[in-house]
Amino acid sequence: MAIRRILIANRGEIAARVIRTCKALGIETVLAASQADLDSLPARLADRTVCIGPARPSDSYLRVETIVQAALGVKADAIHPGYGFLSERPALARVCEQEGVTFIGPTAAQIEAVGDKLRARAEAEASGVPTAPGGAVETEHEAMLLGREIGPPLLIKAVGGGGGRGMKRVDRLEHLPEAMRMAAAEAGAAFGDTRVYLERFVARGRHVEVQILGDGNGRVIHLGERDCSVQRRYQKLIEETPAPLLPPNFRENIHAAAVKFTERLSYRSAGTVEFLVDVDRGAFYFLEMNARIQVEHPVTEAVTGIDLVAEQIAVADGRGLRLKQHDVPAKGCAIECRINAEDPARDFHPSPGTVRRAAWPAGEGVRVDTHVFSGARIPPFYDSLMAKIIVHAADRPSALERMRRALAETHVDGVATNLAFHTEVLGDPEFARGGVDTGFLARFLDRRAAQQQVATNG
Amino acid sequence: MTLTAKDVAEIMRLLEESSFDTLSLEMGGVKLNLQRGSAAPVRQASAPATAAPVPQATAPPPPAQKARPPSEAGLAEVASPLLGIFYRAPKPGEPPFVEVGAKVEEDTVVGIIEVMKLMNTVRAGVKGQVAEIIAENAALVEYGEVLMRVRPVK
Repeated sequence: MAIRRILIANRGEIAARVIRTCKALGIETVLAASQADLDSLPARLADRTVCIGPARPSDSYLRVETIVQAALGVKADAIHPGYGFLSERPALARVCEQEGVTFIGPTAAQIEAVGDKLRARAEAEASGVPTAPGGAVETEHEAMLLGREIGPPLLIKAVGGGGGRGMKRVDRLEHLPEAMRMAAAEAGAAFGDTRVYLERFVARGRHVEVQILGDGNGRVIHLGERDCSVQRRYQKLIEETPAPLLPPNFRENIHAAAVKFTERLSYRSAGTVEFLVDVDRGAFYFLEMNARIQVEHPVTEAVTGIDLVAEQIAVADGRGLRLKQHDVPAKGCAIECRINAEDPARDFHPSPGTVRRAAWPAGEGVRVDTHVFSGARIPPFYDSLMAKIIVHAADRPSALERMRRALAETHVDGVATNLAFHTEVLGDPEFARGGVDTGFLARFLDRRAAQQQVATNG
Repeated sequence: MTLTAKDVAEIMRLLEESSFDTLSLEMGGVKLNLQRGSAAPVRQASAPATAAPVPQATAPPPPAQKARPPSEAGLAEVASPLLGIFYRAPKPGEPPFVEVGAKVEEDTVVGIIEVMKLMNTVRAGVKGQVAEIIAENAALVEYGEVLMRVRPVK
């Protein structure tokens, strides 16, 4: 079977990015767009655009039946779900399987296996991948027993959560029963699932994740790791590869763990296994797996020279893995800055609107994945990601220098952005040294607020 | 126990006449889900005599597919409330819900949109006479695509 036409069930920069690879492969593209996106960059790039519904995601991008009907209606062979929206909903993968439309991603069963955080944890344990001390707790009594065993501080996590959502930190054991009641109630309201589990809270942790590609028949390769520790409220802001300043053998061990975990699942397509690196203990723990292409995948593409979307399509098309582990190079260093339509002066509040003028950087070792052009609208219904600026250079200092130049070249008028904020973070000595933990950005913001206070008072 | 197409048409008619919006029926391995379409959005085409409309900042962008221009001024558009397959008749071989010239009320059913075997009715949304039928039977229609045009009457 050959994939000749793909329905892109997404929007924004990832839709544009997938369309570009399809064009390079000679595959026709049909964009499934909401009414708010009919004039977007991906709509202009696609061979055809179909309007799937009103702007609100629940009336368009989140409708499984509408997406599959659109694919059948335009005679698409396959659906690429991008990230977010329906990309990790088992329902879309399942309906595709039933209707004979190729889903460019893992199987519905694999999405389910890693979507349930407790099940994913059990899968990790079964494959011999380290997890943070902890486990499922059903009663307050169980929680107290386990909490005493692990010792505070603790983290209560919702089974249905993920990506930082549905977590509660508990510093004192006597607060555990109360916190557990609240966490269960909140989890029930947010995810329709009241189950929670306990884990050790890691005081200084780094977010390091491994990109993998699986053929669906048990063969998996990794494409190195990414460090995504620069986060604000669990939202990644800057990502880089390789992860700087890891202890000896650490990198190899974390890669091997990701491969072991996904081999056991006979994982199909591109995926990312996230780990929490415990800086003080020199250990790493399985966090969760993302069964999709990720926002930050271009840094991996920069150092490996591998087009991950093209590999996803090849695997979906039944051509298996075209690469062997030793065919995957890792050349130099790549960094990505996420440029968001949000206002750092107003606590990073989203700032949708019309972009009067957008000028993006270019030049050697600079890549920009964006859907924003001069005159483009940023609708208020979707996330605020405008662009990803990715730089690639021989080493980290050169990459940082290149990113500073790229940011200086970038101009966006009409909406507030976090561009200048990125420049500030890049200039921070702690970040420049490398290997920051996930608490870095909060500390940086506190320092910054204090300095601004001094400046105002002085 | 099976359902004939005639039974389905009959059940659809019952739903039409009822005050319910959805109907789910399960019997002997047969599952039937019917849903009343939310009234299709009706847009009044501006008459040439009126001033050119001033584009508003919040105005929704035009539909992806450009329907052929109306043959006369003042026609109201019946737009598709969903992306799906448009059917002009309750079932193949039966006469269409409406033909050009048919008189319609706001709640007259003028077609069906199928989304993955779920049938959604499309209502005229305006009282008048069908002037043009634009969408083709059994073809994919997009959200907001013009299905037909109606000459409104007061």
